[in-house]
Amino acid sequence: MDIKSLEDRFNEKIDKDIRIEPKDWMPENYRKTLIRQISQHAHSEIVGMLPEANWISRAPSLRRKAAALAKVQDEAGHGLYLYSACETLGVERDDLLKDLHSGKAKYSSIFNYPTLTWADMGAIGWLVDGAAIMNQVPLCRASYGPYARAMVRVCKEESFHQRQGFEIMLTLCKGSEEQKKMAQDALNRWWWPSLMMFGPTDEASTHTEQSMRWGIKRFTNDELRQKFVDATKPQADLLGISIPDEDLKWNEERGHYDFGEINWEEFFNVIKGNGPCNKQRIDARKNAYDNGAWVRDAAAAYAEKKSKVKQEAA
Amino acid sequence: MKNWPLWEIFIRSKAGLNHKHVGSLHAADEEMAIQNARDVYTRRNEGVSIWVVKSEFIVASDPDDSDPLYEPAKDKVYRHPTFYELPDEVKHM
Amino acid sequence: MKNQNLFHYTLQHADNCLILGQRLGEWCGHGPILEQDIAMTNISLDLIGQARMWYQYAAEIQGEGKTEDDLAYLRDAWDYRNVLLVEQPNGDFAKTIFRQFLFDSYSCYFYEALMNSSDEHLAAIAAKSHKEALYHIKWSADWVVRLGDGTEESHERMTAAVAELWPYSGELTKANKTEAEASKDGIGIDLQALKERRDAKIREVLTEAALTIPESTYAHEGGKDGRHTEHLGYILADLQFLQRAYPGLEW
Repeated sequence: MDIKSLEDRFNEKIDKDIRIEPKDWMPENYRKTLIRQISQHAHSEIVGMLPEANWISRAPSLRRKAAALAKVQDEAGHGLYLYSACETLGVERDDLLKDLHSGKAKYSSIFNYPTLTWADMGAIGWLVDGAAIMNQVPLCRASYGPYARAMVRVCKEESFHQRQGFEIMLTLCKGSEEQKKMAQDALNRWWWPSLMMFGPTDEASTHTEQSMRWGIKRFTNDELRQKFVDATKPQADLLGISIPDEDLKWNEERGHYDFGEINWEEFFNVIKGNGPCNKQRIDARKNAYDNGAWVRDAAAAYAEKKSKVKQEAA
Repeated sequence: MKNWPLWEIFIRSKAGLNHKHVGSLHAADEEMAIQNARDVYTRRNEGVSIWVVKSEFIVASDPDDSDPLYEPAKDKVYRHPTFYELPDEVKHM
Repeated sequence: MKNQNLFHYTLQHADNCLILGQRLGEWCGHGPILEQDIAMTNISLDLIGQARMWYQYAAEIQGEGKTEDDLAYLRDAWDYRNVLLVEQPNGDFAKTIFRQFLFDSYSCYFYEALMNSSDEHLAAIAAKSHKEALYHIKWSADWVVRLGDGTEESHERMTAAVAELWPYSGELTKANKTEAEASKDGIGIDLQALKERRDAKIREVLTEAALTIPESTYAHEGGKDGRHTEHLGYILADLQFLQRAYPGLEW
């Protein structure tokens, strides 16, 4: 079949919402865009383990410690599902990791912010996972089958994350003056970076149109951001803490909250590597990988030895 | 050094059901593949039995052959019970 | 307290589980490969789950209305009764694996025997934990073999781990007064019988791993009676930070 009819058939499937599967023909650009998007997401999951892992050893009760461990472990699982989805497109996880370590590949910039108090564990679950869920739920219908299926698993597991975060916030907000202060301080620091998680405005976003056409993005950045603000404001009210935005007001006419201008200079700075923790996060990932090399080698060598013995015996 | 191979993971979620493909992972050997599958894919009580198969051993049909493979079955309606008409009096058959 | 010895016996095991779970938790996000990161966290979670059962029972025995968290977060090092092995730092993956193996080769037989405890509560904790311990020993023993018999580098690292941790192995199977009394009362288990099974297991696995079993039988001890290495203080400083800095609050 010539390229034109292959393309037509591909587009027809996309239009009819029929999933594309690994062995199906796909435009090279679709494949590349998917690899970029899925691996970026996978990287975000595993870099995202780090700020929260900071607090596992200091969790204030055994119940919280268990929840924190299970949650951070889930992020590892999510990274794994997504790397696996990527591997169906003909790339190896190791090569993707190399791109992460060299700085070539990006990950969600929110994880370059530090976790300074216990309340940050609450704020991350509530806001960061909340924002992530907004982003991810529509991707359960992404046009690429393995990606969509990975996202279904991720979303199913993710729902406990936001709840446990909100529960931490709620407990703090019902607690002592110091605890309330802690919660407010965490909201102050995480609010704007959370809004930035949805990416640049629609006007400034370069990939949106093509990705929407391909069904690997279902809503625009601004649409999702608005949804997040609308959902989160009443939750903040319930907690009795205030969102650090003077312009945040209900707009009767639009049926949405208006909110203030995002500091895009900060956003692009953090992406460029100038966030408070960029270096430390990548160093931690690199160290884990480099220090693990001898372990991976040993297991591979041992497996090879064993299979030789088995073959000789047969 | 070579990377650990990729394995496809199939899980039986309850006694009596089929094993179903759930995803993949890396492991150095069979033993580890089962253990990793247990740790990765049954953390929430999702399974009672695990199959692992090295991904390279999966043979898949070619999507280009899908017309000759699957179209011919589509018009064989007589294979389905609804093809046959019964009087209303016969309630269950 | 009506049953001081049972209380101490229970705390000893609670503390073992918590401190080892805490140590393993330090790996989370830093493992050699994602799949093993997840595996180690699973074991850490099992151990913390076990610790909670033990502490809850200990609090009940104590009868002062305390909670699991009071016991975990508000005792100082001298009241902690874990063995010295579990507080040893993670080191490299070989050291973590060998520490785990030394503990698992104890705990799987310990829980098996404890299922026959005359104390129903202990027997129930044992029945639940035994299944977990069986998985742990499989995991850690497999890794001892892979690393011992893997590459030259992994063999060297395992050898170093064995040498470093060997003196912390014996404390697990040497009964202190608490354990001797518990065994006599039919509440605890017979550590001598356990020692024989465990020694055989260690021999079997190290041999398969092409590792030499050290001859020395010297064992550092004291942890079970509250005399610890310097490491425990730092672990507790981390673990207890919030409860100490903001006393008496809900989290």
